[in-house]
Amino acid sequence: MPVGSADGKRNMKRQELIVSALDHGTVIDHIPCDRLFQVISLLHLEQMTSKVTIGFNLKSHKMGTKSIIKIADRFFTDEELNQLSVVAPNVSLSIIRDYEVVEKKQVCLPDELRGIIHCNNPKCITNNEPMRTLFHVTDKQQGIVRCHYCNHEQNIKEVKIV
Amino acid sequence: MFRSFVTIADHSREKIEYLIRMAQEFEQHPNRLLLQGRVVATLFFEPSTRTRLSFETAANRLGARVIGFADPKVTSGTKGETLKDTIMMVSNYADVIVMRHYLEGAARYASEIAPVPIINAGDGANQHPSQTMLDLYTIYQTQGTLDNLNIYLVGDLKYGRTVHSLLQAMRHFNPTFHFIAPDELAMPDTYKDYCREHGIRYVEHQDFDADVISGADILYMTRVQRERFTDLMEYERVKDRYLLKLDMLSKARDNMRILHPLPRVNEIDYAIDDDPHAYYFQQARNGLFARQTIICDTLGITLEQIKEDQAIIQ
Repeated sequence: MPVGSADGKRNMKRQELIVSALDHGTVIDHIPCDRLFQVISLLHLEQMTSKVTIGFNLKSHKMGTKSIIKIADRFFTDEELNQLSVVAPNVSLSIIRDYEVVEKKQVCLPDELRGIIHCNNPKCITNNEPMRTLFHVTDKQQGIVRCHYCNHEQNIKEVKIV
Repeated sequence: MFRSFVTIADHSREKIEYLIRMAQEFEQHPNRLLLQGRVVATLFFEPSTRTRLSFETAANRLGARVIGFADPKVTSGTKGETLKDTIMMVSNYADVIVMRHYLEGAARYASEIAPVPIINAGDGANQHPSQTMLDLYTIYQTQGTLDNLNIYLVGDLKYGRTVHSLLQAMRHFNPTFHFIAPDELAMPDTYKDYCREHGIRYVEHQDFDADVISGADILYMTRVQRERFTDLMEYERVKDRYLLKLDMLSKARDNMRILHPLPRVNEIDYAIDDDPHAYYFQQARNGLFARQTIICDTLGITLEQIKEDQAIIQ
């Protein structure tokens, strides 16, 4: 393929390569830039010992700007990845083995959210006691969650992230 | 094996009927030594004299001893102690903790951390399951059944947690609910959705008069509180429309009974107190048997044991 091809996709691929290629691990792409640090903290990437490459404010056809994270030698469970649905429901996940994308995934709301979001109800015990929150997802399409403690139903779009 | 009593919404039909049979035993013989040697703690982080006296009487009449506080001002909570620390400390002293708290979900949380059973005596606007238990017992006592009843809920259906819990607990018994409330205090959509999901019929009424009441088996009155209204003009306009007066009972069924969680302010005319349909004071008395039942059930004491119990004080 000639260098400087008008093919946008190819250009994007080259740009991703700037971030560095991955031989084994997980790529989380199409992260909204304002959610990057929440994704990092949700997956506890600050505690990782393997190589983590983070791209911030990259150009994106779909989004204008985006962020991307490449995590070497780490494969997450669906439960871990589905937590991302709260902060970045439209991320693209790629599982890489030997430089090949072996699996692509989207995230979806899990049945339960533990310690990820705050309850909207100021009189809820979780907002007044040093404790972990727990929510049951009652409607995955609409994004409705119910607080395990005070029973208040709320839309995931209106809750604060821990 | 113990189990906490945090909500009644999840209880099965069988469990509710079992608890009603247990309450019947206590109504026959309320004074026993079943809990001799046990200690019941009553922790009232929010004052509620009526509920506390009812629980403490229940414990005392079963031979237990009671510790606790009625006023949160005297606790370490005011010094910044967490609920968890208070619960863990009291768990060392008591066999069961009866707890009233101003925060919603406090009882659920306490039940997850405490090594002893927790009884929810009200957690903010969330749940008040012992009230629901005594309501169910009273309905059973007056109608001889919980099945296929017409239950009319009147007054504050928006904030009234007792009506919400009652609605949920009745779902096993094929009721028809009738909602009578000012627009500002109408039954929330969440609970109407709940009715639809569980196949509970409900009817909404604009009027509150003898014709409407004529279909009722249970007329459950609640207090319309001034402070619930954002528009005080609206309050002044509607407040008298939900008062129950004696002439409104002219077409009432013989079996119809009027219930009220109390305290009453002015929603039931005092002239009704002597009418055979009035039942709110007997209902309050049932609180004793319902709470004896709840305490025993959380401590793992079974209906069989209560039936075989010889330590009855005559």
